[in-house]
Amino acid sequence: MKRRFAAASLLLLSVALVITSQSWASQGWLSKVPAADRARVNPYAGNAEAAAAGKLIFEDNCAKCHGDDAEGRHGRPSLRSQRVAHATDGELAWILRNGQAFHGMPSWSSLPEQQRWQIITFLRTLPTDSKSHTR
Amino acid sequence: MPVPMRVCAGRARLCALKALRLKPSSRRSGPVLLGLLFVLALLFTGLPRAVAQEPPYFVAYSTAMEEPGNLEIAFKGLAASPKNANAFMSHTLELEYGATAWWTTELYLQGQSTSNDSTVFTGFRSENRFRFLPTEHWINPVLYIEYENNNEADKSLMEIVGHDSIADLQLNNSSTRPEIERELEGKLILSSNAKGWNFSENFIAEKNISNEPWEFGYALATSRPLALAGSSRACTFCRQNFTAGTELYGGLGTSHGFGLEATSHYAGPTVGFQLPHGPDISFSPQFGLNDNSTGVLWRFKVSYEIQQFRDWFRRGGAR
Repeated sequence: MKRRFAAASLLLLSVALVITSQSWASQGWLSKVPAADRARVNPYAGNAEAAAAGKLIFEDNCAKCHGDDAEGRHGRPSLRSQRVAHATDGELAWILRNGQAFHGMPSWSSLPEQQRWQIITFLRTLPTDSKSHTR
Repeated sequence: MPVPMRVCAGRARLCALKALRLKPSSRRSGPVLLGLLFVLALLFTGLPRAVAQEPPYFVAYSTAMEEPGNLEIAFKGLAASPKNANAFMSHTLELEYGATAWWTTELYLQGQSTSNDSTVFTGFRSENRFRFLPTEHWINPVLYIEYENNNEADKSLMEIVGHDSIADLQLNNSSTRPEIERELEGKLILSSNAKGWNFSENFIAEKNISNEPWEFGYALATSRPLALAGSSRACTFCRQNFTAGTELYGGLGTSHGFGLEATSHYAGPTVGFQLPHGPDISFSPQFGLNDNSTGVLWRFKVSYEIQQFRDWFRRGGAR
């Protein structure tokens, strides 16, 4: 009986943790980026070779949701939006590392940091579309 | 029951060959052929695929989840030639689906072929992994819950818990197959990513649903891609496509006797290769560290990730 009670408590605790985490995550991600992360500088900024590498990494990892043209697909956000264009490199690095697990964006922390910066370098080469879906 | 002496020490290659050289049996070729067909299908299929984030671990889990909507199909094999037992090869078909960015669910179908014995289907496992913190930290936790319905002929050694030992592998399939084990397993997965390295620590607790004690185990692993920055050229054998690491795992006794006594442990290097526009391939020779362990376990895995599988069921299709 005690064991069943312990198992049920553990299950309830897990559910409570997930719900609490989801409520924390419901605010806009840009507002949660720490100042130190926001100010981080892309070591590959403006580097054409890094942008070419970033394009290949984007095609392998990001295009499946954001589309080959980065305009988003099936309701997933465009990366040519004003919001992305106005975000700092540090903010984009933060969202790539942390993701937004409760809004569908996985964490890419297991991708080496250099490759995440290369993706951001590639994104900066894309034209901004003012009509793009933003989220 | 502890079994003295290691089996394949110093004869690793011979043991692997012996393990793979299975004698013919009326029911033996099915799963092997199925696995080979699966690998060939993956190599030549035109399905869109994604690069999996997962490090090339066989027992340890990292906190990398399946990307939401993706379906990974994998074939895991294990070949070994334990002392005083027939060589065997275990086959596991794995279906892993990213339900959300914080929830990954998996189904395993398992079987094994034992030389001079038979090929048997051993059962299935269903597992779920939950990531419950919204942002990255130095150490990231994931909760793992699994239900397992396998008979005792299972030789997949997907985890080592309690007093698992080489003695378990020395029984005939005919005596182990009728014994069905229904178990619940929980893991606390901790993982860190720093400077390209992944460090993962798993703490395992397993409970047979019948009246048996809790069994405990651990798995530790670390890995790193051979290159951290991506190449600006599309290439197959770029260093960034290779990952190398090590894995260590073993049992920690039971709730009646926690500790290292009469437990088995394994360690070995592991290598992963992400074939561009093709499957991921991982390989690892894992060496028994004490007399209760099998000399060498030869593990390999071929996996293929179908990107945005769930879009196939949405209006407009996947592509």
